Amino acid sequence: MAIIRVNPTRMELTRLKKRLAVATRGHKLLKDKRDELMKRFIDLVKKNKELRERVEGELVEAFGNFMMARAVMSSEVMEEALMYPTQRTDIKLSKRNIMGVDVPRIEFTQAKEEGASPYPYGFVNTSGELDGAIKTLSDILPRMIELAEIEKSCQLMAEEIEKTRRRVNALEHIMIPQLTETIRYIKMKLDENERANLTRLMKVKDMLEEREG
Amino acid sequence: MSMYRIGVIGDKDSILGFKALGIWVFPVVDSEEASTILKKLAREKYAVVFITEPIAKDMGETMERFKDSLFPAVILIPSNQGTLGLGIQGVKDTVEKAIGADILFEKEGR
Repeated sequence: MAIIRVNPTRMELTRLKKRLAVATRGHKLLKDKRDELMKRFIDLVKKNKELRERVEGELVEAFGNFMMARAVMSSEVMEEALMYPTQRTDIKLSKRNIMGVDVPRIEFTQAKEEGASPYPYGFVNTSGELDGAIKTLSDILPRMIELAEIEKSCQLMAEEIEKTRRRVNALEHIMIPQLTETIRYIKMKLDENERANLTRLMKVKDMLEEREG
Repeated sequence: MSMYRIGVIGDKDSILGFKALGIWVFPVVDSEEASTILKKLAREKYAVVFITEPIAKDMGETMERFKDSLFPAVILIPSNQGTLGLGIQGVKDTVEKAIGADILFEKEGR
Protein backbone atom coordinates (compact mmCIF):
# COMPACT_ATOMS: atom_id res chain seq x y z
CA MET A 1 0.00 0.00 0.00
CA ALA A 2 1.33 3.32 -1.02
CA ILE A 3 1.97 5.87 1.61
CA ILE A 4 1.08 9.52 1.43
CA ARG A 5 4.09 11.70 0.63
CA VAL A 6 4.62 13.89 3.68
CA ASN A 7 7.47 15.37 5.65
CA PRO A 8 8.30 13.02 8.52
CA THR A 9 7.84 15.53 11.32
CA ARG A 10 6.15 15.35 14.65
CA MET A 11 3.54 17.86 13.58
CA GLU A 12 2.63 15.86 10.53
CA LEU A 13 2.35 12.79 12.73
CA THR A 14 -0.20 14.43 15.02
CA ARG A 15 -2.14 15.67 12.04
CA LEU A 16 -2.28 12.23 10.47
CA LYS A 17 -3.28 10.59 13.72
CA LYS A 18 -6.19 12.98 13.96
CA ARG A 19 -7.20 12.16 10.40
CA LEU A 20 -7.04 8.47 11.11
CA ALA A 21 -9.28 8.87 14.13
CA VAL A 22 -11.84 10.77 12.03
CA ALA A 23 -11.67 8.19 9.24
CA THR A 24 -12.18 5.30 11.65
CA ARG A 25 -15.12 7.00 13.24
CA GLY A 26 -16.65 7.83 9.87
CA HIS A 27 -16.14 4.29 8.74
CA LYS A 28 -17.96 2.92 11.73
CA LEU A 29 -20.86 5.32 11.33
CA LEU A 30 -21.23 4.64 7.62
CA LYS A 31 -21.10 0.94 8.21
CA ASP A 32 -23.91 1.22 10.74
CA LYS A 33 -25.88 3.29 8.27
CA ARG A 34 -25.35 0.73 5.54
CA ASP A 35 -26.44 -2.14 7.74
CA GLU A 36 -29.56 -0.39 8.91
CA LEU A 37 -30.48 0.71 5.39
CA MET A 38 -30.00 -2.83 4.22
CA LYS A 39 -32.34 -4.12 6.90
CA ARG A 40 -35.07 -1.65 6.00
CA PHE A 41 -34.53 -2.30 2.32
CA ILE A 42 -34.97 -6.03 2.67
CA ASP A 43 -38.26 -5.59 4.53
CA LEU A 44 -39.49 -3.15 1.93
CA VAL A 45 -38.42 -5.11 -1.08
CA LYS A 46 -40.13 -8.23 0.22
CA LYS A 47 -43.33 -6.25 0.41
CA ASN A 48 -42.64 -4.91 -3.05
CA LYS A 49 -42.31 -8.38 -4.50
CA GLU A 50 -45.49 -9.66 -2.91
CA LEU A 51 -47.48 -6.63 -3.92
CA ARG A 52 -46.20 -6.72 -7.48
CA GLU A 53 -47.09 -10.35 -7.88
CA ARG A 54 -50.54 -9.69 -6.56
CA VAL A 55 -51.16 -6.61 -8.68
CA GLU A 56 -49.89 -8.31 -11.81
CA GLY A 57 -52.18 -11.24 -11.26
CA GLU A 58 -55.15 -9.01 -10.68
CA LEU A 59 -54.40 -6.83 -13.66
CA VAL A 60 -54.15 -9.79 -16.00
CA GLU A 61 -57.53 -10.89 -14.77
CA ALA A 62 -59.00 -7.42 -15.23
CA PHE A 63 -57.63 -7.22 -18.74
CA GLY A 64 -59.24 -10.55 -19.42
CA ASN A 65 -62.60 -9.09 -18.44
CA PHE A 66 -61.87 -6.16 -20.66
CA MET A 67 -61.17 -8.37 -23.63
CA MET A 68 -64.52 -9.98 -23.11
CA ALA A 69 -66.18 -6.60 -23.10
CA ARG A 70 -64.40 -5.66 -26.29
CA ALA A 71 -65.46 -8.86 -27.91
CA VAL A 72 -69.15 -8.16 -27.44
CA MET A 73 -69.02 -4.46 -28.27
CA SER A 74 -67.73 -2.60 -31.27
CA SER A 75 -64.67 -0.54 -30.57
CA GLU A 76 -66.38 2.71 -31.55
CA VAL A 77 -69.11 2.18 -29.00
CA MET A 78 -66.57 1.28 -26.40
CA GLU A 79 -64.41 4.32 -27.01
CA GLU A 80 -67.45 6.51 -26.97
CA ALA A 81 -68.56 4.98 -23.70
CA LEU A 82 -65.26 5.72 -22.04
CA MET A 83 -64.64 9.09 -23.59
CA TYR A 84 -65.80 11.30 -20.73
CA PRO A 85 -64.96 9.93 -17.32
CA THR A 86 -67.12 11.03 -14.42
CA GLN A 87 -64.33 10.93 -11.92
CA ARG A 88 -60.80 12.16 -11.64
CA THR A 89 -58.03 10.47 -9.81
CA ASP A 90 -55.31 12.72 -8.53
CA ILE A 91 -52.51 12.09 -6.15
CA LYS A 92 -50.91 14.01 -3.36
CA LEU A 93 -47.22 13.68 -3.06
CA SER A 94 -45.25 14.14 0.12
CA LYS A 95 -41.85 13.05 1.29
CA ARG A 96 -40.85 10.60 3.94
CA ASN A 97 -37.38 10.10 5.25
CA ILE A 98 -35.95 6.63 5.79
CA MET A 99 -32.41 6.79 7.17
CA GLY A 100 -31.64 9.97 5.32
CA VAL A 101 -33.19 8.86 2.04
CA ASP A 102 -36.13 10.84 0.78
CA VAL A 103 -38.82 8.52 -0.45
CA PRO A 104 -42.19 9.52 -1.85
CA ARG A 105 -45.42 9.09 -0.01
CA ILE A 106 -48.35 8.94 -2.31
CA GLU A 107 -51.97 9.44 -1.39
CA PHE A 108 -54.67 9.50 -3.93
CA THR A 109 -57.99 11.21 -4.07
CA GLN A 110 -60.87 10.53 -6.34
CA ALA A 111 -62.95 13.50 -7.26
CA LYS A 112 -66.38 12.57 -8.47
CA GLU A 113 -69.14 14.62 -9.88
CA GLU A 114 -72.00 14.89 -7.48
CA GLY A 115 -74.25 11.86 -7.65
CA ALA A 116 -72.51 10.45 -10.69
CA SER A 117 -72.15 6.73 -11.12
CA PRO A 118 -68.65 5.41 -11.53
CA TYR A 119 -69.61 4.27 -15.00
CA PRO A 120 -69.31 7.12 -17.46
CA TYR A 121 -71.85 5.77 -19.90
CA GLY A 122 -75.45 4.75 -20.27
CA PHE A 123 -76.31 1.14 -19.92
CA VAL A 124 -78.18 0.80 -23.19
CA ASN A 125 -75.36 0.42 -25.67
CA THR A 126 -72.80 -1.18 -23.45
CA SER A 127 -72.51 -4.66 -22.12
CA GLY A 128 -72.38 -5.90 -18.57
CA GLU A 129 -68.87 -7.16 -19.06
CA LEU A 130 -67.58 -3.61 -19.32
CA ASP A 131 -69.12 -2.74 -15.96
CA GLY A 132 -67.38 -5.68 -14.39
CA ALA A 133 -64.05 -4.83 -15.97
CA ILE A 134 -64.16 -1.25 -14.77
CA LYS A 135 -65.22 -2.32 -11.30
CA THR A 136 -62.23 -4.65 -11.00
CA LEU A 137 -59.85 -2.03 -12.34
CA SER A 138 -61.01 0.53 -9.83
CA ASP A 139 -60.60 -2.05 -7.07
CA ILE A 140 -57.01 -2.63 -8.13
CA LEU A 141 -56.07 1.01 -8.40
CA PRO A 142 -55.30 1.65 -4.71
CA ARG A 143 -52.92 -1.29 -4.74
CA MET A 144 -51.30 -0.07 -7.93
CA ILE A 145 -50.61 3.27 -6.30
CA GLU A 146 -49.22 1.56 -3.23
CA LEU A 147 -47.01 -0.51 -5.50
CA ALA A 148 -45.75 2.65 -7.17
CA GLU A 149 -44.86 4.14 -3.80
CA ILE A 150 -43.05 1.07 -2.54
CA GLU A 151 -41.25 0.27 -5.75
CA LYS A 152 -39.97 3.82 -6.11
CA SER A 153 -38.81 3.79 -2.49
CA CYS A 154 -36.94 0.56 -3.11
CA GLN A 155 -35.19 1.99 -6.13
CA LEU A 156 -34.13 5.10 -4.26
CA MET A 157 -32.91 3.11 -1.29
CA ALA A 158 -30.94 0.76 -3.51
CA GLU A 159 -29.19 3.79 -4.96
CA GLU A 160 -28.34 5.09 -1.49
CA ILE A 161 -27.11 1.71 -0.27
CA GLU A 162 -24.81 1.41 -3.24
CA LYS A 163 -23.37 4.86 -2.57
CA THR A 164 -22.88 4.17 1.12
CA ARG A 165 -21.28 0.83 0.42
CA ARG A 166 -18.82 2.43 -1.93
CA ARG A 167 -17.86 4.98 0.70
CA VAL A 168 -17.43 2.30 3.35
CA ASN A 169 -15.19 0.30 1.05
CA ALA A 170 -13.10 3.31 0.09
CA LEU A 171 -12.50 4.12 3.74
CA GLU A 172 -11.88 0.54 4.75
CA HIS A 173 -9.59 -0.51 1.94
CA ILE A 174 -7.85 2.69 0.91
CA MET A 175 -8.03 5.59 3.33
CA ILE A 176 -7.47 3.78 6.60
CA PRO A 177 -4.62 1.47 5.45
CA GLN A 178 -2.94 4.42 3.76
CA LEU A 179 -3.06 6.52 6.90
CA THR A 180 -1.88 3.70 9.14
CA GLU A 181 1.00 2.98 6.81
CA THR A 182 2.06 6.61 6.67
CA ILE A 183 1.90 6.97 10.43
CA ARG A 184 4.15 3.92 10.78
CA TYR A 185 6.58 5.38 8.26
CA ILE A 186 6.83 8.69 10.11
CA LYS A 187 7.29 6.98 13.46
CA MET A 188 10.13 4.87 12.09
CA LYS A 189 11.76 7.87 10.49
CA LEU A 190 11.56 9.84 13.73
CA ASP A 191 13.01 6.95 15.73
CA GLU A 192 15.80 6.65 13.22
CA ASN A 193 16.64 10.35 13.60
CA GLU A 194 16.62 9.92 17.34
CA ARG A 195 19.09 7.04 17.14
CA ALA A 196 21.33 8.93 14.71
CA ASN A 197 21.37 11.88 17.07
CA LEU A 198 22.24 9.68 20.03
CA THR A 199 25.14 7.99 18.27
CA ARG A 200 26.46 11.36 17.17
CA LEU A 201 26.39 12.69 20.70
CA MET A 202 28.17 9.61 22.02
CA LYS A 203 30.78 9.91 19.32
CA VAL A 204 31.34 13.58 20.14
CA LYS A 205 31.66 12.75 23.83
CA ASP A 206 34.24 10.06 23.03
CA MET A 207 36.23 12.48 20.93
CA LEU A 208 36.16 15.13 23.68
CA GLU A 209 37.34 12.64 26.29
CA GLU A 210 40.16 11.50 24.00
CA ARG A 211 41.44 15.03 23.51
CA GLU A 212 41.39 15.81 27.25
CA GLY A 213 42.82 12.51 28.25
CA MET B 1 -49.60 20.55 -1.27
CA SER B 2 -50.13 20.47 -4.94
CA MET B 3 -51.92 17.74 -6.79
CA TYR B 4 -50.25 15.41 -9.19
CA ARG B 5 -51.65 13.24 -11.92
CA ILE B 6 -51.39 9.59 -12.80
CA GLY B 7 -50.64 8.59 -16.36
CA VAL B 8 -50.83 5.31 -18.19
CA ILE B 9 -48.86 4.62 -21.36
CA GLY B 10 -49.45 1.51 -23.40
CA ASP B 11 -51.25 -0.06 -26.28
CA LYS B 12 -54.79 1.17 -26.59
CA ASP B 13 -56.50 -2.13 -26.00
CA SER B 14 -54.82 -2.66 -22.67
CA ILE B 15 -55.17 0.74 -21.12
CA LEU B 16 -58.47 2.13 -22.34
CA GLY B 17 -60.22 0.90 -19.23
CA PHE B 18 -58.18 3.17 -16.99
CA LYS B 19 -59.81 6.14 -18.58
CA ALA B 20 -63.03 5.44 -16.76
CA LEU B 21 -61.19 5.81 -13.47
CA GLY B 22 -60.13 9.33 -14.26
CA ILE B 23 -56.53 8.51 -15.04
CA TRP B 24 -54.81 10.13 -17.99
CA VAL B 25 -54.42 7.61 -20.73
CA PHE B 26 -51.85 7.84 -23.54
CA PRO B 27 -52.27 5.16 -26.18
CA VAL B 28 -49.10 4.57 -28.19
CA VAL B 29 -48.04 2.07 -30.81
CA ASP B 30 -44.29 1.83 -30.29
CA SER B 31 -41.71 2.54 -27.62
CA GLU B 32 -40.28 5.55 -29.43
CA GLU B 33 -43.58 7.34 -29.15
CA ALA B 34 -43.83 6.20 -25.56
CA SER B 35 -40.39 7.65 -24.74
CA THR B 36 -41.41 11.04 -26.11
CA ILE B 37 -44.60 10.99 -24.06
CA LEU B 38 -42.84 9.85 -20.91
CA LYS B 39 -40.35 12.70 -21.18
CA LYS B 40 -43.18 15.13 -21.66
CA LEU B 41 -45.10 13.75 -18.68
CA ALA B 42 -42.02 13.98 -16.50
CA ARG B 43 -41.89 17.70 -17.12
CA GLU B 44 -45.53 18.10 -16.28
CA LYS B 45 -47.28 17.17 -13.09
CA TYR B 46 -47.29 13.43 -13.34
CA ALA B 47 -45.99 11.67 -10.25
CA VAL B 48 -46.83 8.12 -11.25
CA VAL B 49 -46.66 6.73 -14.77
CA PHE B 50 -47.68 3.16 -15.49
CA ILE B 51 -46.27 1.63 -18.66
CA THR B 52 -47.23 -1.71 -20.13
CA GLU B 53 -44.40 -4.17 -20.40
CA PRO B 54 -44.34 -4.78 -24.18
CA ILE B 55 -43.96 -1.03 -24.75
CA ALA B 56 -41.45 -0.53 -21.93
CA LYS B 57 -39.31 -3.41 -23.15
CA ASP B 58 -37.42 -1.28 -25.66
CA MET B 59 -37.17 1.99 -23.81
CA GLY B 60 -34.44 1.04 -21.39
CA GLU B 61 -32.54 4.32 -21.47
CA THR B 62 -35.55 6.52 -20.90
CA MET B 63 -36.70 4.31 -18.04
CA GLU B 64 -33.26 4.35 -16.47
CA ARG B 65 -33.24 8.11 -16.44
CA PHE B 66 -36.08 8.41 -13.94
CA LYS B 67 -34.85 5.74 -11.58
CA ASP B 68 -32.98 7.98 -9.18
CA SER B 69 -35.26 10.99 -9.12
CA LEU B 70 -38.05 11.24 -6.57
CA PHE B 71 -40.72 11.36 -9.23
CA PRO B 72 -42.16 10.40 -11.65
CA ALA B 73 -42.28 6.83 -10.44
CA VAL B 74 -42.30 4.76 -13.59
CA ILE B 75 -44.00 1.46 -12.89
CA LEU B 76 -44.36 -1.47 -15.25
CA ILE B 77 -47.69 -3.22 -15.56
CA PRO B 78 -48.63 -6.26 -17.63
CA SER B 79 -50.54 -5.73 -20.84
CA ASN B 80 -53.63 -7.61 -21.95
CA GLN B 81 -51.33 -10.23 -23.45
CA GLY B 82 -50.29 -11.25 -19.95
CA THR B 83 -47.12 -10.48 -18.09
CA LEU B 84 -43.63 -10.71 -19.55
CA GLY B 85 -41.98 -10.88 -16.15
CA LEU B 86 -40.20 -7.57 -16.72
CA GLY B 87 -41.71 -5.95 -13.66
CA ILE B 88 -40.53 -8.66 -11.33
CA GLN B 89 -37.16 -8.61 -13.10
CA GLY B 90 -36.95 -4.93 -12.22
CA VAL B 91 -37.44 -5.76 -8.55
CA LYS B 92 -34.71 -8.40 -8.82
CA ASP B 93 -32.35 -5.88 -10.38
CA THR B 94 -32.97 -3.47 -7.54
CA VAL B 95 -32.14 -6.16 -5.00
CA GLU B 96 -28.99 -7.10 -6.82
CA LYS B 97 -27.88 -3.51 -7.00
CA ALA B 98 -28.40 -2.92 -3.30
CA ILE B 99 -27.20 -6.16 -1.83
CA GLY B 100 -24.93 -7.53 -4.51
CA ALA B 101 -26.63 -10.88 -4.56
CA ASP B 102 -30.11 -12.07 -5.26
CA ILE B 103 -31.42 -13.06 -1.88
CA LEU B 104 -35.15 -12.80 -2.42
CA PHE B 105 -35.60 -15.10 -5.32
CA GLU B 106 -32.94 -17.72 -4.85
CA LYS B 107 -35.28 -20.14 -3.15
CA GLU B 108 -37.30 -20.43 -6.31
CA GLY B 109 -34.28 -21.81 -8.10
CA ARG B 110 -33.34 -19.88 -11.19
